[in-house]
Amino acid sequence: MSFEHMHIISMKEFTRDMIDHVLEVAEEMEPIARSKSGSDLLKGKVLGVLFFEPSTRTRMSFEAAMMRLGGEVLSLGSVDASSVAKGETLADTIRVVAGYSNAIVLRHPMEGAARLASEFSTVPILNAGDGAGHHPTQTFLDLYTIKRESHLEGLKIALAGDLKYGRTVHSLCYALSFYGAEITLVSPPELSMPSEIIEDLKKKNIKVIEADSIEDAIQYVEVLYMTRIQKERFPDPAEYQKVANRLQITPEVLKNAKENLRIMHPLPRTNEITPRVDETPHASYFDQSFYGVPIRMALLCLVMGVFE
Amino acid sequence: MSEVAKKEIRVQPICSGTVIDHITAGQALNVLKILGITGTSWGIVSILINAPSSYGKKDVVKIEGRELVSSEVDKISLISPGATINIIRDYDVQEKNQVGIPSHVEGVVKCINPNCISNSNEPIESKFDVNTREGKIELRCGYCERVICENIADHLL
Ligand SMILES: [Zn+2]
Repeated sequence: MSFEHMHIISMKEFTRDMIDHVLEVAEEMEPIARSKSGSDLLKGKVLGVLFFEPSTRTRMSFEAAMMRLGGEVLSLGSVDASSVAKGETLADTIRVVAGYSNAIVLRHPMEGAARLASEFSTVPILNAGDGAGHHPTQTFLDLYTIKRESHLEGLKIALAGDLKYGRTVHSLCYALSFYGAEITLVSPPELSMPSEIIEDLKKKNIKVIEADSIEDAIQYVEVLYMTRIQKERFPDPAEYQKVANRLQITPEVLKNAKENLRIMHPLPRTNEITPRVDETPHASYFDQSFYGVPIRMALLCLVMGVFE
Repeated sequence: MSEVAKKEIRVQPICSGTVIDHITAGQALNVLKILGITGTSWGIVSILINAPSSYGKKDVVKIEGRELVSSEVDKISLISPGATINIIRDYDVQEKNQVGIPSHVEGVVKCINPNCISNSNEPIESKFDVNTREGKIELRCGYCERVICENIADHLL
């Protein structure tokens, strides 16, 4: 299986075998990421880092992955200072940066930006989020976290919070459907999972349960995936507060949890999980953010042709 | 008077040009828009709206002295997948074609997602995959993946 020169735009381009392969390579990378001693797998290679909107965590995780493997990072810097502020098209920026680098990681506020970039780039594009569109490396790191901290096959998972606009949960559901899963959805009605996605999952023989509260789901799920609820989604601040309070994870909410429950969150969190949960054996969100490094190491090595 | 004779009165046959028949009822004016036919265009254009047909109602557009190019036929197929294009030469139907529904169109429709990269100043044409669902046309943007299934005529470029 060769990923060389492949663009990583959306999870929809991956079969189950391809996903499994990426996760296996990430497992090989994990000791390098953990030991912090570095390797020279990507020595002499340059990663172009183009972030047209801030996402510090994703950017740092890509840069850490590249640097730990001995590669170099070439960053766009702040957008106002660059030629983009002078009105250069994304197509031109990509053509120029492709000339300097072995792969480009792109974050852009507009949907379809990564697809467009792939049409103009002579090197692989890794989509690090395009507006409300795709963010495949987040999905890969979520899957990797589930694999390492729990199990992928036939997982009982609850997704809670903003299931309407949260693209990461849509993409995660899609990927989990390869492994068979029982998915419980917990969200306020105004942020519930779009019905097309639920229908789609049911067609793939995925059991979908809509629960009223986290307490209901917590007794049987193995993974609880929390997402951020954004204040801007609610016209009324009081309504936001009510929803935020009802979906907050505290040690008390976890009273009836299964022993092997793992809690995930894409971070940064606001008030969805109180810091008191961090000390419980259920907290996996900091491991999850660490796993972003080996998974990005794996993807970088694969698209640059270092591994088959 | 026979049914055939009645039709003859409504629209005269044309000498040479194109008859677009079996247009989805109500779409004739959008067909004219696609073809850039305004009141000041040259040539005779006849339009039938809500004409009776064996499948209920249909619209018909007859254009004297003009044959369509494929991009025009693509656009017509999106708003009226059942239409037929008859090319007339010397009062005779030379060719009769059902508009084929293309599987893919480029530069024909504008994406409805204002935040789609295809709506910015990039050097690209919009592109859509075309699907039919229960006889209706659905367009999926090749960039942002947003689906257009209603009022496609409003989004033609
Ligand atoms: Zn679009």
